[in-house]
Amino acid sequence: MSGNSTYTPSSGIEKWLDERLPIIRFSKEHLMDFPTPKNLNYWWTFGAILAFCLVVQIATGIVLAMHFTPNVDMAFDSVEHIRRDVNFGRIIQGTHAVGASMFFAAVYIHIFRGLYYGSYKAPREVLWILGVIILVLMMATAFMGYVLPWGQMSFWAATVITNIFAAIPIVGEPILQLLRGGFAVGNPTLNRFFSLHYLLPFVIAAVVALHIWALHVPGNNNPTGVSVKDDRDTLPFHPYFTMKDLFAIVVFLIPFAWFVFFAPDILGHPDNYIRANPLVTPAHIVPEWYFLPFYAILRAIDFNILFIDSKLGGVIFFAGSLLILFFVPWLDRSKVRSGSFRPLFRPFYWLFILNFFLLMYLGAQPAEGTYVLLAKISTAYYFIYFLVILPLLSWIERPAPLPASINEAVLAKSKSA
Amino acid sequence: MKNMKSFIKSAVIKPVLGAILVAAGLGLAMSANASETAAEPKQGNWTFAGLFGTYDENQLQRGFQVFKEVCAGCHGAKLIAFRTLAEEGGPGYSEDQVKALAATFTIADPEAPDGERPGVPADRWPSPFTTQEAIDSFGIEPPDFSVLAKARSIHQPFPYWVFNYFTAYQEGGPDFIYSLLTSYEENPHGVEVPEGKYYYGYPGSALSMPPPLSDGLVDYEGDAPETVDQYAQDVAAFMMWMADPHMVERKATGFRVLIFLFLFAGFMYLVKRKLFSNVAH
Amino acid sequence: MASEAHTETTRRDFIYIGAGAVGAVGVAGAVWPLIDQMNPDASVLALASIEVDLSSIETGQSVTVKWRGSPVFIRNRTEKEIEEALAVPMDELKDPETDEQRTKPGHENWLVMIGICTHLGCVPVGNAGDYDGWFCPCHGSQYDTAGRIRKGPAPKNLVVPPYDFLNDTLIKIG
Repeated sequence: MSGNSTYTPSSGIEKWLDERLPIIRFSKEHLMDFPTPKNLNYWWTFGAILAFCLVVQIATGIVLAMHFTPNVDMAFDSVEHIRRDVNFGRIIQGTHAVGASMFFAAVYIHIFRGLYYGSYKAPREVLWILGVIILVLMMATAFMGYVLPWGQMSFWAATVITNIFAAIPIVGEPILQLLRGGFAVGNPTLNRFFSLHYLLPFVIAAVVALHIWALHVPGNNNPTGVSVKDDRDTLPFHPYFTMKDLFAIVVFLIPFAWFVFFAPDILGHPDNYIRANPLVTPAHIVPEWYFLPFYAILRAIDFNILFIDSKLGGVIFFAGSLLILFFVPWLDRSKVRSGSFRPLFRPFYWLFILNFFLLMYLGAQPAEGTYVLLAKISTAYYFIYFLVILPLLSWIERPAPLPASINEAVLAKSKSA
Repeated sequence: MKNMKSFIKSAVIKPVLGAILVAAGLGLAMSANASETAAEPKQGNWTFAGLFGTYDENQLQRGFQVFKEVCAGCHGAKLIAFRTLAEEGGPGYSEDQVKALAATFTIADPEAPDGERPGVPADRWPSPFTTQEAIDSFGIEPPDFSVLAKARSIHQPFPYWVFNYFTAYQEGGPDFIYSLLTSYEENPHGVEVPEGKYYYGYPGSALSMPPPLSDGLVDYEGDAPETVDQYAQDVAAFMMWMADPHMVERKATGFRVLIFLFLFAGFMYLVKRKLFSNVAH
Repeated sequence: MASEAHTETTRRDFIYIGAGAVGAVGVAGAVWPLIDQMNPDASVLALASIEVDLSSIETGQSVTVKWRGSPVFIRNRTEKEIEEALAVPMDELKDPETDEQRTKPGHENWLVMIGICTHLGCVPVGNAGDYDGWFCPCHGSQYDTAGRIRKGPAPKNLVVPPYDFLNDTLIKIG
């Protein structure tokens, strides 16, 4: 990591510790003095917001695990027990459930910010890839967490999603049984999902540590996309960005708290207040809102492609919609990072964002009529954006002139203000 | 470089606004489209609706009376402990009333000498039948009431709940129950009702439950009207309390938390502004 | 100029101190629920006190009820047992307590005790031992007819839980 340490141990004990475990030096370098571009806007606060979300989920999750019983006969009642009897149980449980949604809202903003400002481009490819890994882990964790209350939606989500693996030729069926621990979703499934739901957040935390490490090697990208040139471009992380991030976290907490205290059930599905019943499928099963875009892609493939049947095709596109993110750094060859200097890129980018919300909307609709056609068009654009538009733009686009440095851009901005 | 600001304005702010507008328009268009289908529930006049809503003790007591005298014959509420009837924010019975009520029930207890004993406030409302008994006599298990008011809530898919988010509308469940209980039709127009089923105009389907309420069925102590409409509203309100017994306390805490957050956000904004006041950024 | 700088300083200090104070309140407010949830919940607290009907317990009989997860011995003592208990001189006792101190006035025949040996937590056996009281099978502690320790490794008398007579045949423990 960066070696520009300004730390000098001020006491004998600190010096002694510094020679054995330079933890104070490390913290000062990376949490306080770290040179951060001074022109970061509020979209850059979502990194800290996400770290905060992870802490909230882990803290409330550990608490809930103290009261939850992972057994098909008791899981539903134990969640109600938490809500009804445990001290502050309704609030802690609500925070954990709403927290998952807030976490995804923040992570999508964080990803969209990266896509707009080209934060995935060299030298930040590894940083980006680690981020995509975190997204995939988050999805797995959220899905398994949703199964735990063992309501109707939990059960049928577990059934439908594990069935995705059955689409894999030859090994699909054995994998399915391996995942479920039985021929259908049952007690073994619930038990292992509980175990994994407890494990994965710590794996996420570990990857987050790598993500921050990979961030601190090249340093932050910034709204101009121009690399940091000298000290005039940066400010120390503390107190400037610690305080700005804290402000953003508190603002983020306002809608969060509103959900928890005034609309705790609005994000969930009423059917999850019905105990799981393996014999009856609810009339409309929909995943949580944050999975809807990918769910729409999964459903959009309702036709066979050559020798691939529609089920496998859907799974391939579903997996592909996430896997493609790993390759974005090499699909977008434009030398200019920030979308602010890419006039041709911008309309396609905003169309992509709009398309993402359209997919989200379509995922919640019944798969019939116009919705099916729209979902296909929408899915096509999702892939075309990455596979065709981004590579093509790097060829034909003539970017706007870049500022010579961050400092110059900032000065120009304050002059014109 | 002079027009950097307008550049950022056109690059960031305008498209964001545009996207929000398009998304909102999309939502509005679709919600107009969605409202054409299916029967609409009646909306009750709930005291617990909205941000400042709290349960009406008298209504909960009446609703409890309807539940106990009418519904509890078939429906259980096995997550509801008797003691909660005396909890703050609920129907407001006294501890002695609850103790007397609990004692009228027989609770199965393997540790008791005869395998059963009189109920105490800590016990939960016993189900009138086991699942098998219920299926034998009704052909279907009457749903347990504990969280039914939430399970019957009207689901709002994305993006509609976004609107409810701002109004904090969460009375879909009581609306559903109230509408169902007041919508029994003896000879529905143009609908074939199978033998042994009963047709309810809302949600527009034939159920196994005979119409449970009739005018004058339950004697109220006060001067609330003894009508099906009133009974239905009262029992729906009581069921909402059963499903969400800590709502009043939750909202009260929420206001304190929000006031705190606004205050904290204000301070943090000042801190941030102060820090950056001497730095071009 | 100087005074301007001064007001500037106080204003800044106020902002920083205020933000810090509010933040500290917030952290405390967020941490407390996470700790308090480990305290006994409402369903446990509801069983913190129990009522026991004594009318069916004949003289010379005992029952064991469960209170706060532990056995509670309730014994309707015979005249002989009461006399034995009263006759013991205080200086013979390891943990001196009179029989009156261990019963309620007017209800001297009723002995209510937590049935956990004060040595290492086993449950003593009734109507046993050299003192007609309780005998702990684990390490041989012996208690008399008032549940007082007389012999063996236990240091204290069997504990009398807080209880009250609601009427002549109904007690509330806890």
